[in-house]
This record gives sequence, structure tokens and C-alpha cells, in this order.
Amino acid sequence: MIEVKNLKKGFGDKLVIKGVDATMQAGKCNLIIGSSGSGKTVFMKCLVGLFEPDEGEILYSGQDLVTMTDEQRKETRKQIGMLFQGSALFDSLTVEQNVMFPLDMFTKDSYQDKLKRVNEVLDRVNLKDANKKFPAEISGGMKKRVGIARAIVLNPKYLFCDEPNSGLDPQTSLVIDQLIKELTTEYNITTVINTHDMNSVMEIGDNIIYMYQGEKEWEGNNKEIIFNKNEKLNSFIFASEFLKDAKDMRMLEVKGKIDNDRNMDELLNSDEDVLNP
Amino acid sequence: MKLFTETGRYLLMLKGMVSKPENGKMYWKEFMHQCSDIGIGSLGIVVIISFFMGAVSAVQTAYQLVSPIIPKSTIAQIVRDTVILEFAPTLVCIVLAGVVGSKIASELGNMRVSEQIDALEIMGINSKAYLVMPKILAALLVIPMLVVVSAGLGILGGRIAGTASGILSATDYTKGLLQNFTPYNVFFAMAKSYTFAFFISSIPAYYGYNVSGGALEIGRASTKSVVVSCVLILMADYVLSALLL
Repeated sequence: MIEVKNLKKGFGDKLVIKGVDATMQAGKCNLIIGSSGSGKTVFMKCLVGLFEPDEGEILYSGQDLVTMTDEQRKETRKQIGMLFQGSALFDSLTVEQNVMFPLDMFTKDSYQDKLKRVNEVLDRVNLKDANKKFPAEISGGMKKRVGIARAIVLNPKYLFCDEPNSGLDPQTSLVIDQLIKELTTEYNITTVINTHDMNSVMEIGDNIIYMYQGEKEWEGNNKEIIFNKNEKLNSFIFASEFLKDAKDMRMLEVKGKIDNDRNMDELLNSDEDVLNP
Repeated sequence: MKLFTETGRYLLMLKGMVSKPENGKMYWKEFMHQCSDIGIGSLGIVVIISFFMGAVSAVQTAYQLVSPIIPKSTIAQIVRDTVILEFAPTLVCIVLAGVVGSKIASELGNMRVSEQIDALEIMGINSKAYLVMPKILAALLVIPMLVVVSAGLGILGGRIAGTASGILSATDYTKGLLQNFTPYNVFFAMAKSYTFAFFISSIPAYYGYNVSGGALEIGRASTKSVVVSCVLILMADYVLSALLL
């Protein structure tokens, strides 16, 4: 679990994160959403220690990342896996070498053992026969999978994903979302995802934090978000006319899910006012 | 003011790269990789430049020594000292500042922009120590070697050009090479090589490591690193000459 207390971060005179409190729960997908410039990337970079916050606490299992010694911070970071927006694979290394890199650096296992582990995680992300390929030779979706494989190869307690679906088609996005969700529950990882993608929000948002101009504007889950009354959040979610029209249908669908997956036809044909629960 | 800020950040980068390696074996591997990249990667251009540098030096020295009372062997002596004292360390290092420096700056710049450096940091690896230190150490090991090779080839180039164009005989050239040889000149050349090697590797590493933006900024950082390295090499060349000669 990661607890964030009164986190503030500014650049020059501009305060980008204005005192955010949040709790990222273990075994759940914690999503940070918000429009561009809302401060979610800065917030995530503070969480992983790439930016030093000006004020506040970031507690990893009760230990404050801000006040940790360099050694403690290094140890904590070994428990963190991160999937970057552009995957951040090492260009000069093959897929296999990329995934093996953390093992090479932090374990004294034999090459055979490391290779076995690499193949295990590559299998887990459904990536076979790509071991010897270089990042430039694989597709965007495959790069994301390699990024996930590298992030989980050391069995991290915390997984951070920055825009995991950016540049991917909807089908591949769904596969990546499902993969992250499965890994989160399977290994009881505290997963933090920074995203714009409303499909991800609806599919895997166990805990959603909506950021607006550096502040936490709303918090809830993927069921609550559809019925939320927050104007700013609604204007973010239903930015287009198409989405506004789709909202009613989506509400029906979600309502259906809430009602233990009742048949959609049954819901639509019923006298129940499902749009105003 | 900006100069002080940049110098401060540069020194902090150098300080930051001194830490206990997470895995000595991986650092050694990276060091050897850099030695090969800098050494073998630059050998071709060093060989070509050095050979012609010596050849041109021999022909132009002969052109200027018109007095019949000066023995022909003096040409070899001048070529030897010019190559050892100036051409091999300074000229080759200026070329290496372009070849090696731009490579280091663009490699690190690309890693920074594509978040590969952030990925290393998240893994708990000191990216300065893992990426910058092996480059500087490899340059300090390999560039003086290249300078020695360059000096040898320069002298050989002078001999081939001198004899081929009939300026002086091979015997005169050998005789001139052995006249009044001062071993201190080699020490001076080595002192310059180590100083320049440090600039050639650390300055581009600084500019590359701190790139922010995209492809355009990587190009700018690469160009700036080469310009700054060249200026520093020439300034250090003067300072070392004034101090050591």
C-alpha cells in the first residue's frame, strides 16, 4: 500500500501539485486520471522518486520515501516496477536482454535460472518467439508487453504504469489493461496507472483519482464514476457530444453490471428508471 | 551567471557518479563495451588523420627549410617533435571530440528523452555511475592509446611522404628521428591526452545526460558539447604548454 499525505510540488513560482492526499491499495488498480496539465505525471514522478516533492509524505508500507536514506531508497526502488509511456526499452539490447537486465543487475542467479525466469514472464505476458528481437523490430503493443515483463521480472510489490495504452489500438489496449489487472490481483501488487483512456477507467478502475489543476478533485471506483455529480469530472469524461450520447447507454450497461450482470434486454424492457438510480 | 550554474551542475554530475556499483560485473561489461566503442570505433579515422598529418607536416617543413646549411635530417626531427608535442594529442583529440563526443551526447540524450535513464533510476540503479563513469574511464584508458598510435603513424606518414617525394632519404629520416630526442615530450603529450580525454567524455556526457525535449534538443546538445569540448581542449592546451614546457 502507498499512502500520500499533503503532497506539494512546484517548479519555480508555479505550484503544480497542491497538497494531494491519496491511498493506493494493494491488489488493486489505482488510476490517476485528468486532463493534460492537471499534474498527474508530476504526481506519479513524485511517487516513484524521480521528482523530490516540496512538502508532504509518500509512505511505502509505512516508510516515507522522501526522508529515506539513499540505501533505503535503492532498496525500495528494487520493489518497484514501472511501465513507461514509450516503454523505455534499451535500444541496444534484445527483448530477452531487456527483461534479463534487472536480474543481471540485482541477482546472482546462474544464466540458466535467469533465462528460465525471463521465459516465464515473457510467457505470462503472452510474448513468445520474440526473445532475440530488438525493440526496433517489434510492434508498439509488443513493446508494452516487454516493458511489463521487465517491470515484473523481480516480483515487484509496486507497479507504476504511465499511459499504458498510449499509441495502441483499442483491442490491444484492452489486452494490456486485462494483463495489468490480472497481474495486480495475481501477485497482490499495488498498481498505480496514469491514464487518459476512459476504456481503461471503466475496465480496471478499482480506485480512481481525478486530478484537476494539481488537486484531487474526485475519488471513487469505476462503478461510481458514471453516476458522479462532479461537474469538472463529467466535463472531462464526457468531453465529446458522442460520449454524452453514449453516456446513457453506458450507464445502462454499468447499471446492468451492478445488478449482478442482469440481462441488458431485460433492463431495457423493464419499467425501472435505470438512468436515475 | 549561467556559466556558474552549468559548472555547478557539471561538478554535481561528476560527484553523483561516484558510488558503490550495484553489480561490479555489469559495470565492467559496460566499461569494456565503451572501451571497444571509443577505441575501435575511432581507430579508422585516427589512422587516416595521423598518417596524412605526418605526411603534410614533412612536405611543408621541407618547403620552408630552404637553407642549404640545414641538414635534411632536421625535417624528420621537426616532424617528430611537432607530431608528438602538438598534432597527435591536440589535433586527434579535437577530431575525437567530434566523433566520440557527439556519439556520447546523442546516445545519452536519446536515453534521457526516451525515458531509458528514468527506467534505470526506477530500478534502483545510479544512472550516472552506470552510464557516465564507464564512458569517462574508458576514454581515459583508450584515448591516450590512440594518441600513441597516432604519433607513431604520423611519424611513419612523414617518412613515407618524405621518401616518396624525394625530399629526403629513409636513412636521413631515421637519423633525424634519433637526433636530440627528449623523452619529456612524450610525458607532455600523455599529460595532454589524459586531460583532453576527460573533457571529450565528461562534457558530452553532461550535455547528453541533461537533455530535455526531443530530437532537436539532442542535436543541439550534441553540437554544443563538441563546441565546448573543442574550446576547452584548446584552452587547456595553452595552459598545459605554459605550465609544463
